[in-house]
Amino acid sequence: MTAVTTTSAAPAARPRLTWFTFASPANFYRLAGVLGPVSGVIAAAFALAGLWMGFFVAPTDAVQGEVYRIIFIHVPAAWLSMVLYVAMAFWAAIGWFLNARMAFIFARAIAPTGALFTLLALWTGSLWGRPTWGTWWVWDARLTSELILLFLYLGYMALVAAIDDTRRADKAGALLAIVGVVNVPVIYFSVIWWNTLHQGSSLTMGAQPHMASTMLIAMLLLTLACWAYAFAVVFVRARAIVLEREGDTAWARALVAPTNQG
Amino acid sequence: MQWHSLSEFLAMGGRGGFVWGAYGTMALLMAVEPLLAGWRHRTARRAIAERMTDEAAARAAAGDRS
Repeated sequence: MTAVTTTSAAPAARPRLTWFTFASPANFYRLAGVLGPVSGVIAAAFALAGLWMGFFVAPTDAVQGEVYRIIFIHVPAAWLSMVLYVAMAFWAAIGWFLNARMAFIFARAIAPTGALFTLLALWTGSLWGRPTWGTWWVWDARLTSELILLFLYLGYMALVAAIDDTRRADKAGALLAIVGVVNVPVIYFSVIWWNTLHQGSSLTMGAQPHMASTMLIAMLLLTLACWAYAFAVVFVRARAIVLEREGDTAWARALVAPTNQG
Repeated sequence: MQWHSLSEFLAMGGRGGFVWGAYGTMALLMAVEPLLAGWRHRTARRAIAERMTDEAAARAAAGDRS
């Protein structure tokens, strides 16, 4: 728990904005304190709009009836589970190669939210699979690779938690995150490469969507909601990790000091 | 709109348990996770404040002795 105290003195009255301004934990902490709540409000607005579209505008599915409405959250959760893994591996790689402190913090802050969306993708998929396929679970390529994604997130979190030395934990976790990224294209293309029970992509780049436009809009609105939610909660968690690591610095102490008086 | 009553809406064509089980779990976990993250942030702030208080007390004690 020894932190370097020399690097993070509060910037002068008018700090110059450069590419590296927000690589400073102090500057990031302040920026994320604004962006976090803003992302949360955006997420709530998109969620309300998407739920309205999904339940009151989108029609009943001709084949599946009403249970298909699970798609409006299942697909966003599954997309986010993959996007967040790539984001986590990206920041882990930046941290690994550039030795950037904030990059490792981002990787750690993303992991629990990614694990949450992976779990939700599996859970909502299971509740959708039971009435439509007649089974809660099947060991097909899409479901199995998504389950492996959950284990990668949990493995990353367990690994970084198990190593006391922060820098070594960051590096070990980064290696796991970077190696694990090969699983993401396997998930994405699994429905093409293998003959799976899981249906093909709901949306393919450059092709006409297979669903009514109101259904598509509901799904995209809830995807944006999940995306903004992920930003909001990752910003809060990243701020927490910054304080956990920078507790001995002048800026962090100045931040806490006013509430510490009396 | 395709619903004629609240009970019809909740029934979801007889699949209400599946639909609301999916939406309910997602809503619950997405409500809990920000609370946990906020709690972690407040805990980190409090830990710094407590360390500063302890150090101030230690300094005061050292000052008394000299």
